[in-house]
Amino acid sequence: MDQRVARRPGPAKQSVALGTSPTTSIRPVERVTPPETATGEGRAAAAKALTVDARGVSLTFQTRDGAVEALANINLQISDGDFVSFIGPSGCGKTTLLRLIADLQKPTSGTILVNGVSPEEARLKRQYGYIFQAPALYPWRTIERNVALPLEIMGFDAKERRARVDRYLKLVNLSGFERKFPWQLSGGMQQRASIARALSFDPALLLMDEPFGALDEIVRDHLNEQLLRLWDQTGKTVVFVTHSIPEAVFLSTRIVVMSPRPGRIIDIIPCNFPRNRTLEIRETPEFIKIAQRVRAGLRSGHSYDE
Amino acid sequence: MTSSALALPRAAWRPAWVTERAPVLAVVAVLFVLWYLAAFLMNAPQVRDAFERNDIKYTLTDVIAGTMNGDRPVVPAPHQVVIELYDSIFGYPLDSRRNLAYHAWVTLSATAVGFAIGAIFGILLAILIVHLRTLEKSLLPWIICSQMVPILAIAPIIIVVFGAIGIRGLLPKSIISAYLCFFPVTIGMVKGLTSPDPIQLDLMRTWSANKLQVFWKLRWPSSIPFLFTSLKVSVTISLVGAIVAELPTGAQAGIGARLLTGSYYGQTVQIWAALVAAAVIATVLIGIIDLIAKWTAHRMGATT
Repeated sequence: MDQRVARRPGPAKQSVALGTSPTTSIRPVERVTPPETATGEGRAAAAKALTVDARGVSLTFQTRDGAVEALANINLQISDGDFVSFIGPSGCGKTTLLRLIADLQKPTSGTILVNGVSPEEARLKRQYGYIFQAPALYPWRTIERNVALPLEIMGFDAKERRARVDRYLKLVNLSGFERKFPWQLSGGMQQRASIARALSFDPALLLMDEPFGALDEIVRDHLNEQLLRLWDQTGKTVVFVTHSIPEAVFLSTRIVVMSPRPGRIIDIIPCNFPRNRTLEIRETPEFIKIAQRVRAGLRSGHSYDE
Repeated sequence: MTSSALALPRAAWRPAWVTERAPVLAVVAVLFVLWYLAAFLMNAPQVRDAFERNDIKYTLTDVIAGTMNGDRPVVPAPHQVVIELYDSIFGYPLDSRRNLAYHAWVTLSATAVGFAIGAIFGILLAILIVHLRTLEKSLLPWIICSQMVPILAIAPIIIVVFGAIGIRGLLPKSIISAYLCFFPVTIGMVKGLTSPDPIQLDLMRTWSANKLQVFWKLRWPSSIPFLFTSLKVSVTISLVGAIVAELPTGAQAGIGARLLTGSYYGQTVQIWAALVAAAVIATVLIGIIDLIAKWTAHRMGATT
């Protein structure tokens, strides 16, 4: 435990401090210029409404070989409209943290608030859309009926369903594929359909678990640009799990670097490129600098001799 | 279909239906040859005895002719069965006790009702088991036990019990048929209803779908391929169940009754004709289910 605290750099400590302050959410902070340091970032997060507020979150699995600490003392604030990426090697708990936010799993200790309420309440109010690594389209439904599925479940009438399916399929460039079955589409198109499905009920928060991990690089670049454009247009909050450094730096406003055994946050890196950034920024020195910091963080938290 | 790479140029001249059905036809031909051979070998002693008892000189040709046309052969020759089938179906009016089609219809109706009861019961049981985990532990051993009891022991009990409360005819037979055929449906559907991906179930949870929605929009459609596979197994079992149910009671009608009278009077040709009729019914029933399965799969976007 002591070792863990000692190894954790500044920003995470800052959020521990924030967690103990009762006036966090109303502390007046100006956000004129993008904060350069992680310490400033912690304060900026408090300026806007918090979409996700995790404090002292831990999760321990009981396995036959004893307890496994999947997440240890996670403190993380994500404000409205942020694009936050979790990056880290496999086993660092990034997907688990996303699942906790989505109420697909429960923490062993600590509290998480999503839009000010518990994850379960947020889930019951259908406040987030979740996109998995696999498109997980239902193979017996056509693309339009797949996109309409959450709408059916939530009780939208047929007319509204049709309008929304049209709108969101157009948004992900899948107009004309309404009547196709999933297997008739490429992997990238299927994933776009699953994004349209998550958007169809217009949640303010998108939770994306390595959505482009299974796609080739060209398709991934293209979808990254589309996702960014979509985020810019809709003003949604996005929490994005990835293990690609360029992807994280390109997409995010903040990058959360995580490390395994136990799963913990080792760095939170602000990343303030303009919202309408293009792929060309990947050649800029700023981009490379942030990518280096992410890589350094990943290296410091990962022992390769295991 | 023969491998096109190895086929001789001449193969192209053969019509497609020949190349496609050739393997099946070859197997059928071999079976017929074996059947004739068996008929000769099994019936020959009987025929020879008859000649010798009456002190008639005989040649091999006589023996062969005798084995192919015996009145009560040990193994009737294929053509005898075909002639018997034809005669017993077209030789009498449809409602006559002597008409095989009448008996087939009696058994078929018991099979259909039994199959329907068994399939619905099997599906309901699977739904219960999938949704109430405790039931799986408490119920499943009994379900498996139920299938270990020999049906020949249970069938008379059911017929007698139902007879005692005044229910005779179709229903007791259907119950026995259902008793046999629900099992594959239950096992198949438990598998099918639990077949959705964890991700697909997680999605339902993120949309906070209720149990009914998860069932109708995910579990049920996922289980359809499993359903049809188990229905195909189950429909033949339900036919066997209906026939077996006709045996111990000395039923007056049905394929089982036909088998029974055939064996009472040593009418082997009649028995074999009844067996062939049962096989044809089973094939047709499976064919019907297969057609429905294919149509459903097509509607559900199957790849082929």
